[in-house]
Amino acid sequence: MGTLGGLLILCIGLWIATPHFVTVSNLVNVVQQSTIIGVIAVGMTFVIISGGIDLSVGSLVAVAGITFGTLAQANVPLPLAAAGALIAGTLCGAVNGALITIGRLPPFIATLGMMSVARGIALMLSDGRPISGFPAGFRALATGTVAGIPLPVIIMLALYGAAHFVLTRVRLGRYTYAIGGNEEATALSGVNVRAYKTMVYCISGFVSALASLLLVARLNSAQPIAGISYELDAIAAVVIGGSSLLGGSGSVVGTLIGALIMSVLRNGLNLLGVSSYLQQVAIGTVIVVAVLVDLALRRRASLPTG
Amino acid sequence: MEGIRKEFPGVVALDGVDLDVRRGEVHVLLGENGAGKSTLMKILSGAHAKDAGRIWIDGVEVEIPGPRKARELGVGIIYQELTLIPELSAAENVYLGREPRRLGTIVDRSQMISGTRRIFDELGADVPPAAAIRTLSLAQRQLVEIAKALSLEPRILVMDEPTSALTTKETQSLFAAIRRLIARGVAIIYISHRLDEIFEIGDRVTVLRDGRHVSTHAVRSADRRQLVRLMANRELDETISGGTTVRGKELLRVENLTRRGALENVSFSVHAGEIVGIAGLLGAGRTEIARVIFGADSADGGRIFVRGELQNIKSPRDAIRLGIGFLTEDRKAQGLVLGRSVRENIALPVLRRLSRLGVVRRSEEGALADSYVRDLRIRTPSTSQLALHLSGGNQQKVVLAKWLGCKVEILFLDEPTRGIDVGAKQEIYALINNLAASGVGIVMISSELPEVVGLSDRVLVMRGGKIVGEFNRAEATQERLLACAVGA
Repeated sequence: MGTLGGLLILCIGLWIATPHFVTVSNLVNVVQQSTIIGVIAVGMTFVIISGGIDLSVGSLVAVAGITFGTLAQANVPLPLAAAGALIAGTLCGAVNGALITIGRLPPFIATLGMMSVARGIALMLSDGRPISGFPAGFRALATGTVAGIPLPVIIMLALYGAAHFVLTRVRLGRYTYAIGGNEEATALSGVNVRAYKTMVYCISGFVSALASLLLVARLNSAQPIAGISYELDAIAAVVIGGSSLLGGSGSVVGTLIGALIMSVLRNGLNLLGVSSYLQQVAIGTVIVVAVLVDLALRRRASLPTG
Repeated sequence: MEGIRKEFPGVVALDGVDLDVRRGEVHVLLGENGAGKSTLMKILSGAHAKDAGRIWIDGVEVEIPGPRKARELGVGIIYQELTLIPELSAAENVYLGREPRRLGTIVDRSQMISGTRRIFDELGADVPPAAAIRTLSLAQRQLVEIAKALSLEPRILVMDEPTSALTTKETQSLFAAIRRLIARGVAIIYISHRLDEIFEIGDRVTVLRDGRHVSTHAVRSADRRQLVRLMANRELDETISGGTTVRGKELLRVENLTRRGALENVSFSVHAGEIVGIAGLLGAGRTEIARVIFGADSADGGRIFVRGELQNIKSPRDAIRLGIGFLTEDRKAQGLVLGRSVRENIALPVLRRLSRLGVVRRSEEGALADSYVRDLRIRTPSTSQLALHLSGGNQQKVVLAKWLGCKVEILFLDEPTRGIDVGAKQEIYALINNLAASGVGIVMISSELPEVVGLSDRVLVMRGGKIVGEFNRAEATQERLLACAVGA
């Protein structure tokens, strides 16, 4: 578990470097900052383990948020509006899945198309303007706490718990690894590969919509330009977490640590007063170094270095 | 090579192995899977670093830190796993990385093609140099691989089971090429599991067992039983035999099965408890029969009856539901998820049965895997070992366990013993016989005529997508099957 070690070293370094890092409010803040990408990265982990990629998640955040905002503006009860957003995200994921399994498109191409189409739909639905002002009851999704822990953090951790269970114990999870490891052998074992691959993209769409609800609640505004470049942050979290882009290996526990590393790094560099330009350089470097270290450790353990 | 030692985490792969190879000889390296043959050759070719030991070439001590150095020293190697690039042509693969150039930059295609053709002619290989690798058969790819190694004009050439995908005729032309090479003074290290070949082509033979050097003999003074005993350290009955067959009711009947370009009006039936062998040259349509019946490829015509009922099999899922299993010829590409555990691989086709409300019951999964590891004597430290780390024979047993777990009644076996050692082969034969005795109908596709003749109750011979002959146990001899397969 090299990734966990990396996170701990990072935290200890910041603890020594600045007195402002290890305070209750800052640590809560760090975790809270990681929730949006953290939630999206759960779906991305499934997709990447299955051997695919989903570039559309950022745009799906926008589409789902605007769907929610539009329905809420039309006085649809908020739970129904939220359900509408989740359905919209899942449907977009299903379209990705269909393009990949039935259309036989490479996942990169299918989701690249969806990335643009979904962004366009979000802009069309909203006429390019943000939809703002939601009731306090909904904003509690972002601001509420349970026993002092922010609600988004609880939602994220619950999601990771569920995803971990699915990947390790549920048939869907097993098939996800098998498909990513050897799709042909899995199909020849009688697994309905198309259905399960489609399901993986539906999960990615669903959690992107869930992340969009958290984002709308936090900003008190649904924006058609929300979520730009989130796909890259989500992919980075998954890859730092030790999943192989070739598919077949990885875990959501790793992804959670990956998302936290990115959040801690941003927070720490801010506290140290590092410019945002240099922050980009630092984060890019961390991604590459994390994967290099992971590969070296695997090689030593004679594990597949995919 | 002297006192070569190599350790991998948890195992000593080579423990003080000596090997000397002379100019102009074919030195056969013999040993069961896991004996250390491939590791030794990987050290010679620079793919692995040795932990101890010394290497001399032409009397000069050398260090071989990487493949490039090995190439400079004149060591060529033909790996068992093919290393060709599917989208490039045969000629481009042969010259990969050292393309002949005109004006320093432009790749000289015609020179590449003519150079490749010259090597192919020498090999007696019937392969068009300009054809893309992906359009070639497995045997043709093997020949391209051999041509690639030869084009470097090596002084020492290592061949790791070069004939495992070749037909008898292609094997003979390969042997002719080997003889020409040794006449030119090239030293050849030849790894094979096929004892017949060793006696045909070998000069000396070194037996390895469990990472140790056992013995080196002149081939002339060795005999088969002795070699088998040295490899396995136990007496093996090398004669393969089928069990006593009680032919039961008809399980599968195929009528006029046709797939354009592959199968033409194929009709046959399989009964419970019967082993039906399918012989034929590569490309005769043997694998296609299994793929079409199993739903992996679609048919253009014909009918399939399972237990007397007409069935429309559209996918492997349909086939498995009807009790049909298919052990594919390429276990790494099609049989196993190499990066997952033995347990998960065995459970993969039956995960639905092992789970409740979608949740896999791990205790049942473990029990299933444990029982097959025990019954099939799969040698693995535990069922959580990755399939990747098992030897070829044990990997094949894992694939077999997958199908046994499905409780198949009709089982297609495509080259069930390809690339596995003598001891494991015997075990696989015994398993096949036991399965038939328990009432499973077996269709066995194989290029190894002794196993087809030895195990089958009936043998079908294919040529050009058609069944061109059927022989019962008494009639089936290697000579007859071969004559029928080549159309003589």
